[in-house]
Amino acid sequence: MSSGDEVSQTISKKSKKPQYSRFTQQELPACKPILTPGLVITTLISIGIIFIPIGLSSLSASENVVEIVDRYDDACVPSTGNDEAAKRERLSFIQNAKTNKTCIRNLVVPKKMKHPIYVYYQLDNFYQNHRRYVKSRSDRQYRSPKYEGDTKTCDPESEIDDHKPIVPCGLIAWSLFNDTYGISTKSNPVPINKKDIAWGSDKSSKFGSNVYPKNFQNQDPIGGGKLNESLPLSEQEDLLVWMRTAALPNFRKLYGRIETDLEANEKISVVIQNNYNTYSFDSRKQLVLSTTTWIGGKNDFLGKAYITVGGICLFLAIAFLLTYVIKPRPLGDPAYLSWNLNSAEL
Amino acid sequence: MDSNSNSYSQFQNENSSLPDFIRNSSSQRSSSSIQSFHSKASGGHSVKEVSFELGSKPSVRYGSRGADSERFSSSYKEINDQDARLVYINDPEKTNEKFEFAKNSIRTGKYSILTFLPRNLFEQFHRVAYIYFLVIAILNQLPQLAVFGRGASIMPLAFVLLVTAVKDGYEDYRRHRSDNIENNRLAWVLVNDQFQQKKWKDMRVGEIVKISANETLPCDMVLLSTSDTTGVAYIQTTNLDGESNLKTRYAKQETQMKNPEKEKISGLIKCEKPNRNIYGFQANMEIDGKRVSLGPSNIILRGCELKNTSWALGIVVYAGGETKAMLNNSGAPSKRSRLETHMNREIIYLSIFLVVLCTIVSVCHGAWLRRHKDDLVLMQFYRKKDYSEPKVDDYNYYGWGMEIFFVFLMSVIVFQIMIPISLYISMELVRVGQAYFMIRDDRMYDKASNSRFQCRALNINEDLGQIKYVFSDKTGTLTENKMEFQCASIGGVDYSGGKAISEDEQTGYSLRVEGQVFRPKMKVKVDPELLSLSKQKHTDEGRHVHDFFIALAACNTIVPLTVETSDPALKLIDYQGESPDEQALVYAAAAYGFMLIERTSGHIVIDIQGERQRYNVLGLHEFDSDRKRMSVILGCPDNTFKVFVKGADTTMFNVIDRSLNSNTVKATEDHLHLYSSKGLRTLVVGMRDLSASEFEQWQSSYERASTALMGRAALLRKVAYNVETSLSVLGASAIEDKLQQGVPEAIESLRNAGIRVWVLTGDKQETAISIGYSSKLLTSKMTQIVVNNNSKESCKKSLEDALVMCKKLTTDSDATRRGSGARKTEIALIIDGTSLVHILDTELEEQVLIVYCTYSLSISELQSISIFNSSLSINLQLFNLSSKCTVVLCCRVAPLQKAGIVALMKNRANEMTLAIGDGANDVSMIQMADVGIGISGQEGRQAVMASDFAMAQFRFLVPLLFVHGHWNYQRMSYMILYNFYRNAVFVLVLFWYALFTSFTLTTAITDWSSVLYSVIYTALPTIVVGVLDKDLSRTTLLRYPQLYGTGQRQESYNGKLFWVTIMDTLWQSIAAFFVPLLAYWGSDVDRSSLGDLWTIAVVILVNIHLAMDVVRWYWITHAAIWGSIVATFICVMVIDVLPFLPGYWAFFHIAGTKLFWACLFGITIAALVPRFVVKIFIQYFRPDDIQIARELEKVENSRESRDAEIEMNPIFDPPRR
Repeated sequence: MSSGDEVSQTISKKSKKPQYSRFTQQELPACKPILTPGLVITTLISIGIIFIPIGLSSLSASENVVEIVDRYDDACVPSTGNDEAAKRERLSFIQNAKTNKTCIRNLVVPKKMKHPIYVYYQLDNFYQNHRRYVKSRSDRQYRSPKYEGDTKTCDPESEIDDHKPIVPCGLIAWSLFNDTYGISTKSNPVPINKKDIAWGSDKSSKFGSNVYPKNFQNQDPIGGGKLNESLPLSEQEDLLVWMRTAALPNFRKLYGRIETDLEANEKISVVIQNNYNTYSFDSRKQLVLSTTTWIGGKNDFLGKAYITVGGICLFLAIAFLLTYVIKPRPLGDPAYLSWNLNSAEL
Repeated sequence: MDSNSNSYSQFQNENSSLPDFIRNSSSQRSSSSIQSFHSKASGGHSVKEVSFELGSKPSVRYGSRGADSERFSSSYKEINDQDARLVYINDPEKTNEKFEFAKNSIRTGKYSILTFLPRNLFEQFHRVAYIYFLVIAILNQLPQLAVFGRGASIMPLAFVLLVTAVKDGYEDYRRHRSDNIENNRLAWVLVNDQFQQKKWKDMRVGEIVKISANETLPCDMVLLSTSDTTGVAYIQTTNLDGESNLKTRYAKQETQMKNPEKEKISGLIKCEKPNRNIYGFQANMEIDGKRVSLGPSNIILRGCELKNTSWALGIVVYAGGETKAMLNNSGAPSKRSRLETHMNREIIYLSIFLVVLCTIVSVCHGAWLRRHKDDLVLMQFYRKKDYSEPKVDDYNYYGWGMEIFFVFLMSVIVFQIMIPISLYISMELVRVGQAYFMIRDDRMYDKASNSRFQCRALNINEDLGQIKYVFSDKTGTLTENKMEFQCASIGGVDYSGGKAISEDEQTGYSLRVEGQVFRPKMKVKVDPELLSLSKQKHTDEGRHVHDFFIALAACNTIVPLTVETSDPALKLIDYQGESPDEQALVYAAAAYGFMLIERTSGHIVIDIQGERQRYNVLGLHEFDSDRKRMSVILGCPDNTFKVFVKGADTTMFNVIDRSLNSNTVKATEDHLHLYSSKGLRTLVVGMRDLSASEFEQWQSSYERASTALMGRAALLRKVAYNVETSLSVLGASAIEDKLQQGVPEAIESLRNAGIRVWVLTGDKQETAISIGYSSKLLTSKMTQIVVNNNSKESCKKSLEDALVMCKKLTTDSDATRRGSGARKTEIALIIDGTSLVHILDTELEEQVLIVYCTYSLSISELQSISIFNSSLSINLQLFNLSSKCTVVLCCRVAPLQKAGIVALMKNRANEMTLAIGDGANDVSMIQMADVGIGISGQEGRQAVMASDFAMAQFRFLVPLLFVHGHWNYQRMSYMILYNFYRNAVFVLVLFWYALFTSFTLTTAITDWSSVLYSVIYTALPTIVVGVLDKDLSRTTLLRYPQLYGTGQRQESYNGKLFWVTIMDTLWQSIAAFFVPLLAYWGSDVDRSSLGDLWTIAVVILVNIHLAMDVVRWYWITHAAIWGSIVATFICVMVIDVLPFLPGYWAFFHIAGTKLFWACLFGITIAALVPRFVVKIFIQYFRPDDIQIARELEKVENSRESRDAEIEMNPIFDPPRR
């Protein structure tokens, strides 16, 4: 035997014979799962079993959210109506800096709202994701005073007439939302906490603590709010919130938090400074007071979707089970191979 | 390979080999050749004019020298005008002064350091896909259209280009290195009348070179003289065509005697322009006022090795890149796989889809602008006017029409990966992986020849899974091409008692000379009766037998070599030659005592029963596929002239004079029939005595023909026709051609798999049919239709008849099948070459001939020719008939007809064809077929060089097609569909979002994620699955050959599957996009966070989608799929910690909410449920064969041991060591 082995060894030295390995011969150990009826039915049923409870819990979470939504853009201007004249009147009202834009809204709390109650403003049909808009910013400029002149990407809101850079530059900053809300119950005012409404990461890293607004909203046209020039950008939280551009054309942005509970049926009045111009196009402004749960605000969609998918899976599991009982097919029966089928049928 | 192979080995015995008494006519030779040139130039019918009658000897022979040289010079100019190259012997300065001939340095590298970048880029951009992406990258650089960041948009293309460039550069570096080694080798060159060593690269045309034994030739050179006094040199052409036997080359007598170191040689060689035909060479040499013709036997080519000759002198005629070896260096023509062709059709659909998406976006954007045109100035998020300059102007607003146009272009940029660029790269990589496994498969390794499977073409792997027709050569492919002399019919008597002597007793014939024993290397079994007859000299029968064996020993191109053995007294005679048939015949003659001992250019020595006889070889008409015979004219020791002819029976009986002894002819014909029905290869041998006048006539025309520069082959053929007439039949020989191992089983499996097997052979009908039976190609259950006609009309008629019969048979069998369940009647068509000539358009054939002779044209040109000619209706009939037949046997086919047949089926049937062959005569067929396979056997490497894949044995076709072909096809089909889906789902998510951004193509997904999506997030799993996944195990695939039908019916990739995939894609993209959209509608989510959710959702979706379709989970698969998902999370996090990007920290914010995970989970399930359900319902209620077989595997696996996978089918897989 040993001499035979030697011979084979000397041959294999010269031989081009591929070296045997399970890899090269494509014989690596493998798991070959196969969809047996049992596995299929189990999978479908377990999807149903998992999905329906999740759906129900998210529905109930959405149900638990107490939300007050008040659209005020129509009510807080002198004229309503769709004709050109009314529109022009609305525009001249909102564009005129001297008109009194204070507007008082009375709302009723439908259910008890536990703190924290989030105060949002909601804009509809406002495309914060418009291409021209999202690109008109300069993250370098916001971060460090070194890049103050880095405004190339901020057109058309990069410089004022004498080529001095605007800080913060760009359309997004320029269009800063500037309606303000003051809330009070019958007895006393309800303070709105505007601290920590922006992301901590934005405050600490994205916007510089030594970058101060300059030449901001100094020149017509004025798009929105002005900034306190003595505060660095990192502390202008309203700006930071606004600069986190929304994903969708209907969006809410956090205005502040109310740290006290509101009782059911309590009447509250909101003093609104209706400054922001959404009247030049088809947009809407709403004030939202909302509590929050794990799914965020009030939204039934996810719960319904989960329940639907779960339900469908359960239904399919039953359908599959039934069809399988009615018309069973043994696994791996060679009689079902097409060439065997043909000869059997003919 | 068939006996046709001889046609490529033109061994011409030129005038140099003529005896001295006719040599003085050499000065006149030139004039006669001039005549033929004139006639060629004027009428183009020179072939007719050169015949015995034309050679009016007296005037030519005794013409004056002066007149002669005048005429010579006139013709000289004329030829000069034509394309000839002038080489002044030993005068490289003069040779190279007018025309700059190539130096001997070679450059196989494509690039230099300077040209690398531009040339490589230029070549890479030949792909349309690359140009598409380049255009998009350029568009993106325009400020108005800058959708992605500049870097992000160029990166994928740059990555692809870089990878390819590095690969090309490395290959080129290796080529440069080997070039360098070659160029600096040394050779002895004559400089100032002394031989000096010179580097190869410095050698020039016109120099005289000295080559010693076992050296490699540095360039193409004409032999001047050799160490052998007769001017013979032996060379080995392994490097050139892979044939290992020795070939003989001859130096001309005129130069053989000269010693260039002592006397200066000067002369002029006029030869053809460089070409790639390694078997042809035509030239004239003018030396000492004489004109000598040179042929392929006078030139030795670069790359050959000198053997058995101590030295040889030659003059360089072609050098460097102009040598035939270098001209032949180009690889096989590239083919495109059918799957890829179909894929391109779907790519067009995808482009239409892309245009539709872009149109929707741009039109909607136009409408939006129109509707808001009054509001644009004051809209905070639009701000149409730029007030920063003193003159208020429109800011980035170019009017309604331009805006639409720009948005269209931008949407093309954003949706660009709808056309999957990564698919091209992935396909390349997957093919490399597949090739790796095919080459490494030890079941396709042949121990005998020590050769692996070879992948020569890397782009048609998946075609192996869709083959419908296999066209196979017979000899050397189905059979071993080891010829054994079996029996002979001599003078009408059959001697087939070869087995009478047992192997042990037989020592074979041997010869004793001066105490040394010479013995043929191979033993042949002999018939005792014939052996005793061969020793009788004086009976009639004995003379007949004598002549027969003289013919076998002389009528060939075999060279005897003496081989030393360990016993100093014993020497073996090894017969080296190109045709195995001839070798077998010479060994047979030796066994009967007619031993060929010596061959030089002018004579042969045959030892006849211990008596040495010298025969002068006066002329040799080599084999060609037209005549199908060869002849030799011998000057016998008794001063008579004889012509011996051997050839195929069909053509031989036309030139045999039946009146001489009709009984013998009749008996021989009967025996031939008998032999061929046993599957033996037969040759008929005939001879004739030439009278002195006949001989002179022949001689003069032979000389004229063999010195002709143009149309020499045709002239020689004409001469041969004239001398090969009214022969008397000597007899016939029968040679056995053994079947290769495993061929019958392989053919049976191929047939079971629904593959139509066609055998194309040069053999006669009876031989072919008998081989057909022994190889199980034909079975007794088959109905045979034989088409065997001599005219076009009768051919058409029999085809029509056959078609009618065919229809009847199929309907009959349909009826019987319904009744009794009997098997379908199978039909075999047997058709012969003559009929094929009539069927295949003659014009077509000629054109294929031209193409083949040069074979420099591309395959596409061949195709266009055949399409052009395929209007012939008779062609169609053959196709109709043959498409009904399970088996087709074409016998008596010439090499070019093989290509014609393949072209016919390929173009008409639109089915995949595979051609397999081993010899030079199969090259055309191999290149014509969709897949060409070369058998790397004992014949040359021509077939391998032209092939796409090469392997050692025919039976490897079974694992190649059924296992690797099936896997390759399944993997590649799935990969293409998956890649379409993968990219489309991403593009659709981008598209849906565009609808919510007032159609401005903002993407929520970051630029970098868009780019990395097809590079990192999803690339690896598809490649791993494409290389490794197996739908079925090897055992199952070999056990059920019918499973191969999946590929033939295109079940894994077709239009329907494509559209189903697109529907699925649509649903999945809707689920992936709208679930987050609706869940976050009206919330304070920002763009980057939602973008991250979409990115991750899509990546998880496509990876789980892939995971659902994986059949075999290896650890690599797990790593690739789950690793990709993890890599995506990591990449998204990395992108979100870069503070200069707007999405800073977004992922960490959104991933901290439960809603994010709920969405992700919901999307994955909701998107994949429809696919899952459809899949299981199809698997259970309409299962395909693969599904059943897979279950079968599983069921059996659990029933038996786990070793089922390793267990092999004993037929195809001999036990492994």
